[in-house]
Amino acid sequence: MNDLKRFVGRIRYDRPLMIALLGFALISFIVLYSASGKNLSVVGTQAIRLILAYVVMLFIAQIRPDTFVRYSPHFYAAGLVLLVVVLVVGVIGKGAQRWISLGGFNLQPSELMKLAVPMVVAWWLARDGLPPTLRNIAISAVLIVVPVLLIIKQPDLGTAVLILASGLIVIFLAGLSWRVITMLFLAAAAAMPLIWTTLHDYQRQRVISFLNPESDPLGAGYHSIQSMIAVGSGGFFGKGWLDSSQAHLGYLPESKTDFIFAVFAEEFGLMGTLVLFAMYLFVIGRGMYIAYNAQDAYSRLLAGSLTLTFFLYFFVNIGMVTGILPVVGVPLPLISHGGSSLVTLMAAFGILMSIQTHRRILQQ
Amino acid sequence: MLNIPLKDHFRETRIFGSRLTIMAGFVVLVMLVLLGRMLYLQVVHHKHYETRARANQISPIPVPPVRGWILDRNGIVLAQNYPAYTLEVIPEQVKDMAATLAHVGKLVSLSEADLKLFNKQRRARPGFESLPLRTNLTEEEAARIAINRPHLQGVELHARLQRYYPLGGLGIHLNGYVGRINEEEVGAIGRSGKHADYRGTLHIGKLGIEQYYESLLLGRVGVERRETNARGRSLHVVEREAPKAGENLYLNIDARMQAAAEQMLRGKRGAVVAMDPNSGAILTFASMPTYDPNPFVNGIDQSSYDALLENPDKPLINRALNGQYPPGSTIKPFMALAALESGKIGGEDSVTCRGVFRLAGEPRPYRDWKKSGHGKIDLHESIVQSCDIYYYRAAVTLGIDFIHTFLSGLGFGQATGIDLKGESIGLVPSREWRKARGETWYLGETVVTGIGQGPTLVTPLQLANSVSILANGGRLMQPRLMYARENPVTRERRYSQFAYKQLFTEEHKPRLDAIAAAMTDVVHGEKGTARRIGWNAPYRIAGKTGTAQVKSIAIGEVYDAEKMAEFERDHALFIAFAPVENPRIAIAVIVENAGHGSSAAAPIARKLMDYYLLPEKMPPLNNATVVASPPNE
Repeated sequence: MNDLKRFVGRIRYDRPLMIALLGFALISFIVLYSASGKNLSVVGTQAIRLILAYVVMLFIAQIRPDTFVRYSPHFYAAGLVLLVVVLVVGVIGKGAQRWISLGGFNLQPSELMKLAVPMVVAWWLARDGLPPTLRNIAISAVLIVVPVLLIIKQPDLGTAVLILASGLIVIFLAGLSWRVITMLFLAAAAAMPLIWTTLHDYQRQRVISFLNPESDPLGAGYHSIQSMIAVGSGGFFGKGWLDSSQAHLGYLPESKTDFIFAVFAEEFGLMGTLVLFAMYLFVIGRGMYIAYNAQDAYSRLLAGSLTLTFFLYFFVNIGMVTGILPVVGVPLPLISHGGSSLVTLMAAFGILMSIQTHRRILQQ
Repeated sequence: MLNIPLKDHFRETRIFGSRLTIMAGFVVLVMLVLLGRMLYLQVVHHKHYETRARANQISPIPVPPVRGWILDRNGIVLAQNYPAYTLEVIPEQVKDMAATLAHVGKLVSLSEADLKLFNKQRRARPGFESLPLRTNLTEEEAARIAINRPHLQGVELHARLQRYYPLGGLGIHLNGYVGRINEEEVGAIGRSGKHADYRGTLHIGKLGIEQYYESLLLGRVGVERRETNARGRSLHVVEREAPKAGENLYLNIDARMQAAAEQMLRGKRGAVVAMDPNSGAILTFASMPTYDPNPFVNGIDQSSYDALLENPDKPLINRALNGQYPPGSTIKPFMALAALESGKIGGEDSVTCRGVFRLAGEPRPYRDWKKSGHGKIDLHESIVQSCDIYYYRAAVTLGIDFIHTFLSGLGFGQATGIDLKGESIGLVPSREWRKARGETWYLGETVVTGIGQGPTLVTPLQLANSVSILANGGRLMQPRLMYARENPVTRERRYSQFAYKQLFTEEHKPRLDAIAAAMTDVVHGEKGTARRIGWNAPYRIAGKTGTAQVKSIAIGEVYDAEKMAEFERDHALFIAFAPVENPRIAIAVIVENAGHGSSAAAPIARKLMDYYLLPEKMPPLNNATVVASPPNE
């Protein structure tokens, strides 16, 4: 008994983050129960995944940050290989090749890359100190772009864009000069037409319908319109738990995954939204605090990037559900029903906790 | 610090700190944007979205009205509806079209034509629209589909009322048919602001009565407000506004006479139009060959359509309405009337016919059909014996300007105003007509115009309508196919109003009578050209035969040499009305490439007049549904 107590007592975790994450888990169960039409088994599978994700998170939290540093390139290389494998032998799902089937367990290499890309870029830039040289920035850019292109090929535009962002954030945090940033912006603007021509038809359709959802209300604009109706009809106080008519009558697409926020906003209204946003803001704030207080450049860059990427996920999902961003398949972090993305997310929090809890040791 | 070198630690912290601060500012900014968006959706526009959410759940489903029936004057059904199971597919909801079609193919028989038609429509129509895959499913097939429905997403079984023409091709050229609304018609419906009327309706009148009276037959769409989910699964009906069925149309047509006329023309090409000269009511409106309209309702397959198009007899052409023929000698009674009305030629003025007519200073002879000539001929005899020389001379005397004005007044070269769309107007030549084409009018053309040759063209409908003028005391009628329209619920009928133009006053009556008397002797006189149909008639008939030369026929290319000869033969024409004392029926018959009017066309007219005037002789119609009044659907 005492041994167990001692063991539990020695587990490293960040208490504020932990409390917030448990709060998210509770909200996730509540909303999923409603979005699934009171299907307890959906909540059950989410709970099982969540337990697995917590185990992964706590396990990672025990690892010393210098271990991350050492294995960053290996981790990245493994992810790259798997990405190629998935393109070659990947199981075809929803017309896109995204995962490798490992005896009932689907592994999505792009999920690994969500962590591996910021890790490898932070590793590369931190080696020679900050601010980075142009040469190091160029190499980092290559490290980012190769997996991103492979993921676009799958095709999974949403994930690719977010991984691109996570890598760029590292470079930005490392102190990329403003002159280069300005130039990159101009180059990106110039490249827009080129990108447009390489998009798949359905991807273009999403952008078009985002710009004018009513242009084809029964077609591509349908998701966007229905989710805005759900959110808007929720009003200030919401329709109440289990009373989302949009989700329950089947108007809301993907109501358990990508569009779960629409269910939340319909049932809990602006009041609930304010609470939820505050919780996200708290987690992001805590992540930035950890990044700011981290003791080496690698930890700072990685913690900053993971936190801000988490924020981007949140932003892209909410933006998509409320119709200010095009419909890309990005789940709402910590709430949506989903397997591997949840584990990845919790692993990221594990890294944050590791960085936070190993500070004093390093200081000694 | 392991392998992390101590560089400018202070500078690194400063850079990172400032960059992180920028990011924190960015986070706060974006958060404010999102909050603003939430305020916009949930507070500012809450009412709008609340309304839309409610509208989402209660969706109005159009209930198409029952299309009105078409019946003949005695209640014989020409067009009706019957409930048929239709298998429809919403392409958008089908995940794997090939697999679904294969699955459906195992449950019900799908012909090559069904699939071809379906794929054709699939390309042309938006994916969320329900497209028919198979029509007329048997009960057993419908049951098989119903059982397998859970495995057939996007496949739906509908019990729809389907247009049906129980008598097949009978009267096709007057009935027309309905077909599926095409892109062009969708546009036209939209432009006329009738879009809402056609919600839930898949068909529209394409030809004939179905097309002309589309607005009466269609009815008014109803609405069912149903609570549904996004997949269109209906939960329950909240409210129902019943559709208003279209009106039933009774025609002036007698289907039995129509059938008899078509029967007598079977195997030939031709047209028969019979009408009541006193009212303009069209009794028979036949054009042969005919074709079955039923395959057109849900879209005829290409090979069957090609077969109809390539048929050298051109069954798709409505000869009664659009066939334009030289009138030949049937123009003579009208030319005779023109002569009397002009005041230049009297009824007793006579001409000696030696078989040839020449214009002064021209060597070209204009010959009579009778080589030896008819001898001394007055106006009466000129009609009875159909003397060409008399009319060559008369035409020159009258002049083309007078002839043009007079014949135009009788309705030639004019639309009759019948209740069908797209009638041809024929041609009465004139100097102006030639001038418009950059040509000059020659006197020789005036000569041949006198006997209905040259550029003059008439339609069978015009001939029947113009001969009615001689029968009814000088009235140009507006021909009507519709007799009455009936409200299907109250059974209240509204009758068509007949319209006419009075061309001749009472004082002209003797002249009209003189023409009628001559036409009577055509049938009943010793020298009459149509005496063979008159000798045993229990009533007196006034008629005129005609033979129209076919130089170049407007009937398209023909490859068969033997056929070619046939297509170059003369058209046989006959116009008539009866009984002479109190005319009740006027008729025009044209049989293409059949030779003489007296032998090929006149007997058909005689039979139809018998049926109409002596009802006991009317043959019954086989396989016809006769209802006193259509059942209330």
